Amino acid sequence: MASSIPASAPAEVAPAAAALPTTRRRTRRLVIAGGLFVVALTAMAVTAPWIAPRDPERQSLRARLKAPGWEAPDGRAHVLGTDHLGRDILSRVIYGARVSLIVGFAAVVVGGLVGATLGIMAGFRGGFVDTVVMTLADAQLAFPFILLAIGIIAVLGPSFPTLIVVVGLSGWVGYARILRSQVLVLRSREFIDAIHALGGSVGRIVIRHLLPNVASSLIVIATLELARAIVLEATLSFLGLGIQPPTPSWGGMIHEGREYLDSAWWISTFPGLVLMATSLVVSRTGDWLRDLLDPTLRGE
Amino acid sequence: MSALFTFLGTRFVRALVALWLVSTVVFVVMRLSGDPVPLLLPPDAPRAEIFRVRAELGLDRPILVQYGVFLGNVLAGDFGRSIHFREPAMRVVASYLPATVELGLAAFALAALVALPIGVVSAVKRNSLLDHMAMSLALVGQAAPTFFLGILFILLISLKAGLVPTSGRGTWMHLVLPALTLGAFAMASIARLTRSAVLEALGMDYVRTARAKGLAEIWVVAKHTLRNAALPIVTITGLQFGTLLGGAVVTETVFAWPGIGRLAIQSIYNRDYPVVQAAVFLSAVMFIILNFVIDVIYGVLDPRVRAR
Repeated sequence: MASSIPASAPAEVAPAAAALPTTRRRTRRLVIAGGLFVVALTAMAVTAPWIAPRDPERQSLRARLKAPGWEAPDGRAHVLGTDHLGRDILSRVIYGARVSLIVGFAAVVVGGLVGATLGIMAGFRGGFVDTVVMTLADAQLAFPFILLAIGIIAVLGPSFPTLIVVVGLSGWVGYARILRSQVLVLRSREFIDAIHALGGSVGRIVIRHLLPNVASSLIVIATLELARAIVLEATLSFLGLGIQPPTPSWGGMIHEGREYLDSAWWISTFPGLVLMATSLVVSRTGDWLRDLLDPTLRGE
Repeated sequence: MSALFTFLGTRFVRALVALWLVSTVVFVVMRLSGDPVPLLLPPDAPRAEIFRVRAELGLDRPILVQYGVFLGNVLAGDFGRSIHFREPAMRVVASYLPATVELGLAAFALAALVALPIGVVSAVKRNSLLDHMAMSLALVGQAAPTFFLGILFILLISLKAGLVPTSGRGTWMHLVLPALTLGAFAMASIARLTRSAVLEALGMDYVRTARAKGLAEIWVVAKHTLRNAALPIVTITGLQFGTLLGGAVVTETVFAWPGIGRLAIQSIYNRDYPVVQAAVFLSAVMFIILNFVIDVIYGVLDPRVRAR
């Protein structure tokens, strides 16, 4: 009697139990693939001088607005064509990754430091600090940040540091809100009380005990923020407020090609497609990371 | 009901504080960005003339006094005279507002009309080819930079296919591409969220009950699922409407659409502070009112909010 029940049970349980690890394994593979994409992009940016077929800033009057595949007099083809100054699009796209990644990664660090610090402070201290931080967050979300970004850049002039600070600060609210809510929950947990009772300092509690507990959320937000920062940098460059010419940037290239859309579609289209692919892959990787590390973050 | 009023009252006070902060930040940034007077006068203008214009604009007074005057005027809805247009700044912004509202509403209507049915169908026909195609497209729509989408639409729909004009404002044909560009992100987000909200509602016990009592599937979806899936959908839809205002800055620039987003950008280049302040302030007010309206709708739709 008793033996007949366990005999059928594993058959029913097994598929359900196996389904979870399979999804997780698939998600993990996707995360690794996304990570490899970022590594490849970074490698491309770092090794640009060696892998780019030509000097990205070198102009040639006789090679202006040539279609993709056009063969230059020196016998080498311009695989993605040339722009209105005869510069090689492929080389400029490769070099353009530098601006996107430098601003993107640095902005994530700036936004993460500011947002995480304020978020943890707000959650841990509560009260007045919490009210101030959350009101600031509300105010920032209350109007189109891009207007403020443009205003600040117009004041300080476009440069790498300005762009990094502006793009970074545009994203602090994301970190602050999620870390605040997590720290609020953690703060009342017994192990924090225990460390308090044992005489652990606030700094020690935050760095040794709170940070490790929110690390996975931090990684997920940082990945999603990287995608957003890259797109925002490109948007500012497109509006003429990013890294100034002749340094190639994807947004700047899309801007330059806009006047030639009718006659030379490739100038805007190729950097745009690379930008779109980067944004898509990085933000999807963030989603997958979230599924893998921290399913509770879903829907926020 | 009083709980709802307390809830809304708190939101209202926070909104006011947010508005004050927004106007202060705008004031500081715009004042830091340099003296607009040289832009207004010919390069060889005499010094006396420069001082006269500065005094006329109140720029010669201490910054704190300028700030005090500014806050007082904001309360009265007065943002000063536009340096560039030589008209009250609020009147300038107000004259550009209809174009932005038109674009925003068109984009929002397009997004909601396309996204809601797609989201519902994707949920009901989960894992079908249509579901996969729609959701892949939504992912691309969410990740694509707005300005590049605009460029792609101009290239493919306007230049290659020759269906609609590339830029400007006039007939409804001019509205198609900007509305599609501005609405793309909202469309993608609403479609994805509708799908997951409907999926979640479909898994509820009362849906099983409705099916068990023999109700036709279309009524199960229409009466029992949609109403319960409506809450998160209303929230995200409202939030998306708010982000449209920010997207308008880029979209209006790409399509030379004469709205307040493009006006704000041009005014920043012209150092026309009063217009920038008025435009940003008006955008913030609209955004905050929208959020407020969403909270009210939320309270009406969900009795639990009222009881809280």
